[in-house]
Amino acid sequence: MKPSISVDFCGISFKNPVITASGTFGFGREYAEFYDLSELGGICVKGLTPQKRPGNPPPRIAETPMGILNSVGLQNPGVDAFLSGELPYIKQFDTRVIANISGNTIPEYCEMAEKISDSEADIIEMNISCPNVKAGGMAFGTDAGMVKDVVSSARKFSKKPLVVKLSPNVTDICEIARAAEDAGADALSLINTILGMRIDINTRRPVLHRNVGGLSGPAVLPVAVRMLYQVKKAVKIPLIGMGGIRTGSDAVEMMLAGASLVAVGTACFSEPMTPLLVRDGIREYLEKHDISDVNELCGAVAEYKD
Amino acid sequence: MVKDIKTRIREKTKLSDTAISIVFDMDSEITPGQFITVGCGAERILRRPLSVCDAVNGRVRVVFEARGEGTAWLASREPGEILNVLGPLGNGFRLQSDGLPALFIGGGIGAPPVLFSAKRFVDGGDAVIGFKSKKFVILEREFREAGKTVSVCTDDGSYGVKGFVTSEAERLLKKKRYGRVISCGPTLMLREIAKLAASYKVPCQVSLEERMGCGVGACLVCACKIKGKDGDEYRRVCKDGPVFDAGEVLF
Repeated sequence: MKPSISVDFCGISFKNPVITASGTFGFGREYAEFYDLSELGGICVKGLTPQKRPGNPPPRIAETPMGILNSVGLQNPGVDAFLSGELPYIKQFDTRVIANISGNTIPEYCEMAEKISDSEADIIEMNISCPNVKAGGMAFGTDAGMVKDVVSSARKFSKKPLVVKLSPNVTDICEIARAAEDAGADALSLINTILGMRIDINTRRPVLHRNVGGLSGPAVLPVAVRMLYQVKKAVKIPLIGMGGIRTGSDAVEMMLAGASLVAVGTACFSEPMTPLLVRDGIREYLEKHDISDVNELCGAVAEYKD
Repeated sequence: MVKDIKTRIREKTKLSDTAISIVFDMDSEITPGQFITVGCGAERILRRPLSVCDAVNGRVRVVFEARGEGTAWLASREPGEILNVLGPLGNGFRLQSDGLPALFIGGGIGAPPVLFSAKRFVDGGDAVIGFKSKKFVILEREFREAGKTVSVCTDDGSYGVKGFVTSEAERLLKKKRYGRVISCGPTLMLREIAKLAASYKVPCQVSLEERMGCGVGACLVCACKIKGKDGDEYRRVCKDGPVFDAGEVLF
């Protein structure tokens, strides 16, 4: 019998557990040239801000051992242009839409949460962890008190499930995770990128124009798995796992650590078909191990206790 | 139609100490100025974008320089080995006939896509290609075979005309009326060519370069500043370019 790979996440049904990670997939248009987006569990769109944002000066990317550093700086057309121009496009496909929002202030998060609540998007993801902007972003996500304030405020304006995206750039991610849960988050997603830097030794210039940026790709997978594992124990709400997933095996590892859904990001740059290959890989794993339902994997790591 | 294929290297030629020519199977309609991206080993996350130097009879030729680890990996591949190729990507040069000759300008490893354009362009024209010194000169004979007169410039005068492509281009622009300038090369060169073309009122197309992520327009890392309707804005070199009208680029 074919194993079931559908997932119920915060009351929303996903046909499979694989979604795209915000910022790596635009609004889906580009990858729709490669495959039918209806094959995806969901699409998490590029981070939205209240107004159009130009983004950071280039260079915005640097390659690192088994990873990349990026500093795009939330270039996006603004939440209104998303709702009028991009969301109707994505809704042609039979897939879930997660709207990722990033504010400079608490009222900005509230305003966007309210607007998206009245749209056809399925879930709102609050990005309180962007390392590439001056104001807001990671500043919100690295202080438990701030997390509580911004999440509880946005919660009041959101009629959709609210996912809070966590930064790995903290001393204790469990403290932040609990603050978000206490403030009313319906779920958490992790990890955003890890702050990093590269320097060109010939010019003595940082490779990125903004000097520092966010690390992603296979290099961060073990960090992400560890944080999923810790946060799974700290909270009761479901988790979206991301950070370095390239294969079905990587995704299964993330699920065993505690993820209900998994997001594929940077790996799409190497191979556009990666999200579908990850989905197929998960299914093959379930078949091989005679597991009838993908949900059985969630948090099922057989950890050492002695 | 963008293809995501595994394909075999058919030919490999060393054109200079640093420039390599690779030909592989790929049956696609490709416009000069478009590019492909190539996976450069499992340990490298980013594909390397390479402009196409020729596409004919189901085969594609790229000419590139081994500049970093990725391109060095690619340079060490041999005929028979498999490459992971995605493309064609981006928008090419506009080469529709208007009855006027074109001025083709290529700097260094920017010369290959300019050669492809010169081969496809039907109204004739002249080419100016520039390199650091004699040992870096590539593709001169092929520009000539494409029916274009060729001026080769070297920074140190070790071959052809001493100096940058700009002075030679200006000499030609003074003499002849061109319908367009087609140009690819280092950003500083493109900036000067753009100014020059504007001063002679010749429409100029430039192919830009920027560090890329996805190569297909989704990740927004290869930003270039363009004069937009509502002010300056960042556009994507990979998807909105790499070819832009020189007049809209903020160098």
